[in-house]
Amino acid sequence: MVQQTRSGMDVLLDARGLTKRFGDILANDKVDLVINKGEIHALLGENGAGKSTLVKMFYGSLEPDGGEILWQGQKVSIGNPAAARELGIGMVFQHFSLFEALTVVENIALALPNPGRMTELAKRIESVSVDYGLPLNPSDIVADLPVGIRQRIEIVRCLLQEPQLIIMDEPTSVLTPQEADLLFLTLQRLASEGCAVLYISHRLEEVQRICHHATILRHGKVVSECNPANETPATLASMMVGADVASVSAGAQKPKTGEIRLGLNNLSAKAASPFATALNSISLELHAGEVVAIAGVAGNGQGELFDAISGELPVAQEMVRIDGKSCGSRSITWRRRQKAAFVPEERLGHGAVPGLKLSQNIVLTRHATGDRLTGGGFVSTARANALEKHIKQEFDVRMSHDDPEARSLSGGNLQKFVVGRELDRRPGVLVVNQPTWGVDAGAAALIRQALIDLARSGSAVLVISQDLDEIFEIADRIAVISRGYLSAAEPAEDMNRERVGLLMAGGAEAQGEVA
Amino acid sequence: MRLELVKRKERSQKMALLSPIIAIGLTALAAALIFAISGHNPLVGLYKFFVEPLTQEWSLQATIAKATPLVLIGCGLAVCYLSNNWNIGAEGQFVVGALFGSALPILLPEFESGATLPLMLIFGAVGGALWALIPAVLKNWFNTNEILTSLMLVYVASLALDYLVRGPWRDPDGYNFPESRMFSDAATVPDVFGGAMSLSTPITIVIALILAVVLAKTLKGFEIRVMGESPRAGSFAGFSAKRLTLFSFALAGGLAGLAGTMEVSGGLNQLLPTISPGYGFTAIIVAFLGRLNPIGIIIAGFVLALSYIGGEAVQSAMGVSNKIASVIQGLLLFFVLACDTLILYRIRFVSHHAPAGEASHV
Repeated sequence: MVQQTRSGMDVLLDARGLTKRFGDILANDKVDLVINKGEIHALLGENGAGKSTLVKMFYGSLEPDGGEILWQGQKVSIGNPAAARELGIGMVFQHFSLFEALTVVENIALALPNPGRMTELAKRIESVSVDYGLPLNPSDIVADLPVGIRQRIEIVRCLLQEPQLIIMDEPTSVLTPQEADLLFLTLQRLASEGCAVLYISHRLEEVQRICHHATILRHGKVVSECNPANETPATLASMMVGADVASVSAGAQKPKTGEIRLGLNNLSAKAASPFATALNSISLELHAGEVVAIAGVAGNGQGELFDAISGELPVAQEMVRIDGKSCGSRSITWRRRQKAAFVPEERLGHGAVPGLKLSQNIVLTRHATGDRLTGGGFVSTARANALEKHIKQEFDVRMSHDDPEARSLSGGNLQKFVVGRELDRRPGVLVVNQPTWGVDAGAAALIRQALIDLARSGSAVLVISQDLDEIFEIADRIAVISRGYLSAAEPAEDMNRERVGLLMAGGAEAQGEVA
Repeated sequence: MRLELVKRKERSQKMALLSPIIAIGLTALAAALIFAISGHNPLVGLYKFFVEPLTQEWSLQATIAKATPLVLIGCGLAVCYLSNNWNIGAEGQFVVGALFGSALPILLPEFESGATLPLMLIFGAVGGALWALIPAVLKNWFNTNEILTSLMLVYVASLALDYLVRGPWRDPDGYNFPESRMFSDAATVPDVFGGAMSLSTPITIVIALILAVVLAKTLKGFEIRVMGESPRAGSFAGFSAKRLTLFSFALAGGLAGLAGTMEVSGGLNQLLPTISPGYGFTAIIVAFLGRLNPIGIIIAGFVLALSYIGGEAVQSAMGVSNKIASVIQGLLLFFVLACDTLILYRIRFVSHHAPAGEASHV
């Protein structure tokens, strides 16, 4: 057994046969996991493989139904997160729990059991953060800080409690490549000091780069362990999925680009709230046959840009053109009738209504697009059911019973559904925000291929994404959004990660201001 | 032992139907407790309150007469609540509707024709709708909280009614009593079924059935449900939240106003300082007890009307204050809302001990 060779004097955490059941679903099935001191340990798996369940048991927010956890050789029961922190287990969440209106030091004080005097805490924050290469100004207000810095606050908050194990849930999903590099340096420094890191990520390149050991979960079970340095991203991916992942083919490499189908012309919009981003004279033209991707770190105006193109955020008439027709102040329904289709980032609550059945969720975006879903003011249930069955088959949407409520689907399946609902219309213009966010490798490949195929059939596809791997995989041209400015879209073959990273970190802004 | 709420994956259809029944059961238990604490036989109390009114024809008719305005108002409120518009001011809309509807027979008592009653009903609906549009417009333009504005307008409406029946609209031949002149036959809602009930009841049932179809089958009904559950998804679907706010308030106010007019021109035949025993507020309970579904509201309206009649019955038979009716109505709403938790959650009993796997090691 691999595990025995790894166990020894320096075992920090040893989980044996951890089991957790939710109703009929076995989320974790006798999971064994050993984390050594000073090790960056990757936890890999598709969505729903049981990663979050496992770390929540380590962090005390879930109680295991079976099995035991040994911490430095002692059997422990971790009843709540405070107990975990006391043992020396810290966690940095994917979604930050920070109060935007408060300062850095206030936010950290709120999370500490004994914060002490604010001025002393501020000094400690400054020294710890500089020490680990994560400089923070304790008096900054969180609302003014970019996401990368906000993550630093969470990490520093963790470090102040001198943990021996830090759990990180997809830490780089919100960072630019340069910011991610900085984070990796910090993690390596921590590891060299003997602190262990349990690292959850979907990005196999970075796992391969920084992790010493990887445990792969599938359907709640440990399916394999490996040293990522000896693997390639492709072999890691196939271990996660349990099969070879179909590679996405861009087809005829250079698409024959046709007429302009979507045009953005000096698109500007004020920020709707203090925490929203203003759009600053964004211009972009999408031709028939091409996929254009907009890269950028979360919260740089992607949502606002999507809303302006879809019509949920009305702008001046000439700022948006679909197939030559100005429509900046037209409704989303009008734009859909022009054969445009939209897939927002948030699946539940924006792209779909959680409490409505899938068939009803089809009516949501297609009630006015000539699908015969409505007649004389009445909704045709039969037609909606037929469409639901068709989309379910076409896009392999898996569900426990027929036509369930949207909220009961897993993230990946719901994403296949909301993307499929629009692709099924064969739209002339498709705008997708984060097409494969939180989707497992198999489903992501399916969705990406479908986007490329749609473009090659003569449509224009705009993909807004934070996933650079995805962007380089499918885009013909790439633009970068930063603080509401958009860089010029350049052919993908002229771009590389470093250049995109620089544009993300403010280059796009500079370019936009000059233009 | 402790209780844990576990989220269900989907709404439980079974619980959606069972929840109001459980709530009624719990309300009966609580009512029995109140009877017992106040020194009465709880079983007799429950019988007099909930059962006896159903056994006699006159009290059954009185119950239906009281249920009618509750159902009509409740249907309108259901549209508001389904679409996330918290109209708490149906009582005021009821009163203003009654004022608008009464204007014709009071100011032009000689105008007696076949058009009198239909015109009154239309005026009543328009009046209630206009009154309800005030909080809707304030919400859309100034982002005010419609709960507060609609509620406060109830008191404005009641005071306006009070002023009118004591002042300009007082009956000149009424010996200075605070009441308007009596309405003529042409201004009275006719009786049907051999005088057993007024035409208001069949009108109400037809309106409830139409609304049931609209909500379940039409795009408008779809829009209402989507907007209530997820406004962001609603605007993604191309629906306008502001337009729907105006629509749902106008509809609820219109139906409440219609109910107000039918009440004064049906049972009372004149305006009085108090024309409603709180129908507009009780209808809120009716709407929720009826699952915000017009068919359910017909049943719920009957149950709540029973509490008015039952309150009077226990007062006359046992000397219990008829305020017991309001207490029981309040308890019912409380239990319905609490039981509705079970639609999306189920209860799990968790013992204090650690899970079995670990306990065996200790």
